[in-house]
Amino acid sequence: MALGLEAGRHSRGVQGKGDTARAMEIYLPIAGLSVNVLVIILLGAAVGMLSGMFGVGGGFLTTPLLIFYGIPPMVAAASASTQVTGASVSGVFAHMKRGGVDFHMGAVLVVGGFIGTLFGAVLFELLEAWGQIDTVISILYVVMLGSIGGMMMRESLTAVLASREGKPLPPAKRRHHPLVANLPLRWRFYRSGLYISPIAPLLLGFVTGILTMLLGVGGGFIMVPAMLYILGMSANVVVGTSLFQILFVTMSSTMVHSLTTKAVDIVLAVFLLIGSVTGAQIGARLAQRMKPEYLRLFLAGVVLLVAIRMALGLGWRPDEIYTVQLL
Amino acid sequence: MMLRLILAALIAFWPTQGFAQTALPKLVTDVSQREINIQSRFTGETLTLFGAIIYPRGVIPEGDVDVAVVLRGPTEPVTVREKQRVAGIWINVDSIDFRSAPTYYAIASSRPLDKIVDAKTAAIYELGLNRLQLSPTGEIDSAELGRFRTGFVDLNRRDGLYEEAPGTVAMTDQVLWRARLAIPSSVVEGDYVAETLLIRNGRVIVANDNVTVTIRKTGFERFITLLAQNYSLFYGAMAVMISLLLGWIAGMAFNRL
Repeated sequence: MALGLEAGRHSRGVQGKGDTARAMEIYLPIAGLSVNVLVIILLGAAVGMLSGMFGVGGGFLTTPLLIFYGIPPMVAAASASTQVTGASVSGVFAHMKRGGVDFHMGAVLVVGGFIGTLFGAVLFELLEAWGQIDTVISILYVVMLGSIGGMMMRESLTAVLASREGKPLPPAKRRHHPLVANLPLRWRFYRSGLYISPIAPLLLGFVTGILTMLLGVGGGFIMVPAMLYILGMSANVVVGTSLFQILFVTMSSTMVHSLTTKAVDIVLAVFLLIGSVTGAQIGARLAQRMKPEYLRLFLAGVVLLVAIRMALGLGWRPDEIYTVQLL
Repeated sequence: MMLRLILAALIAFWPTQGFAQTALPKLVTDVSQREINIQSRFTGETLTLFGAIIYPRGVIPEGDVDVAVVLRGPTEPVTVREKQRVAGIWINVDSIDFRSAPTYYAIASSRPLDKIVDAKTAAIYELGLNRLQLSPTGEIDSAELGRFRTGFVDLNRRDGLYEEAPGTVAMTDQVLWRARLAIPSSVVEGDYVAETLLIRNGRVIVANDNVTVTIRKTGFERFITLLAQNYSLFYGAMAVMISLLLGWIAGMAFNRL
């Protein structure tokens, strides 16, 4: 985070760059400006490590960091979703091998996700014409990251305290939300161990599809808690199925962005990917050595930090009062 | 006798005086680069604009002669939005449309602009950042317009897209002149017109805008941009394939380790 902010300030002073910094510069054809390759790769690696550790795509970090660095918001969101595709591929394969993907559930989520990305594209254009896209994106980030980070923080703190005192927590009862139980038309999802209406995962996929389109996030950080606490899926297929859905929805969002906003910068995406795919593998190995409750506590901390930074950004007088949009 | 003298005087002086009025100095101008190619290593460019003033019969006039150089990029219609604090958060409230905002504008002059031209001349030739013709649309009161103008110009100035550099045109013996203008990496493609003005006694004597610098993406950067614009479906599919491939390769490589 500090890295991104630092770099953002640096990129303003184009004249004052040293020779070494200039040697690392590369021009992004779609974003239409030059950036430091090393910063982009390191940013990808940092995000990739988190995604490897927690099984989330990491888009919720990539997009704001790229914006802090000076990349136009639309290009940042579009290219981040391309990056999340790459970051989730190897995870999906790994989970498939050990049977951790519920394809039936995944398919329903993906269908919802496709519809969501299309709807999100329309929403994106409307909000942009209205001039409120940045504000809506920031508020969405604050609300979602804040609430999910807070929930995770509380949950992991209790778990950490319990394990310190040596008292194991009573195993949480797995059950779906009463609203889900009331929906009509029930299907059996064997691997998830559920007999519920497909409308619930369809809606969940739809919502994450919209978020993917607007924020460039995979939606894993919403998907995972929603699968656990709203759908009540069995924990061993949650991360794999979430990654499966993320893979397809970010692919769809890359396509939709390419066709509508034309803001996918392939050069930016490739450098982000180089960092993040390596980072993801390192993160996955690190995760095996850490206690899961500490891992969750750490993720909760990161998520809350981003949320707080975004919230402050909304309340503080911004650096730029004026913004320019091409007609 | 008297008449003849007057006639002789007229014949002797008329043509030269007339000549002095019509024969203006000539400006010869050139630039260090007529083409700027945007490639992967492009981090911006510094252009040197230079030239000479050819005075009629080689006579350098007395008094100050000043030169101003303006480099102008293509214009674009833009919407400028202004954030205001509403219920504790900063959101876009007002906006103004400018029909012809230059994407790039830099002016260098041998002395501060207000010292060499009067306000009217400066307005006619659009000399200086506060005199840009942005062509706002709709009915806007002048205070509001001023605020948006200042905000817009300031934003571009800090991004290196607008620049006003007084005293940076170096003059040698009132004949040769030279100026350096910086172009940041975020410029748009297009034809950039350099206009050189010879200024004396507050008035523009000669203006010359026959130097054009073409900035465009070439090679790979041009290819990618064209692909993204004209073959979006293919481009999107390519982006997806590349990310799948990179993710898969990394997974394979690390499994071997």
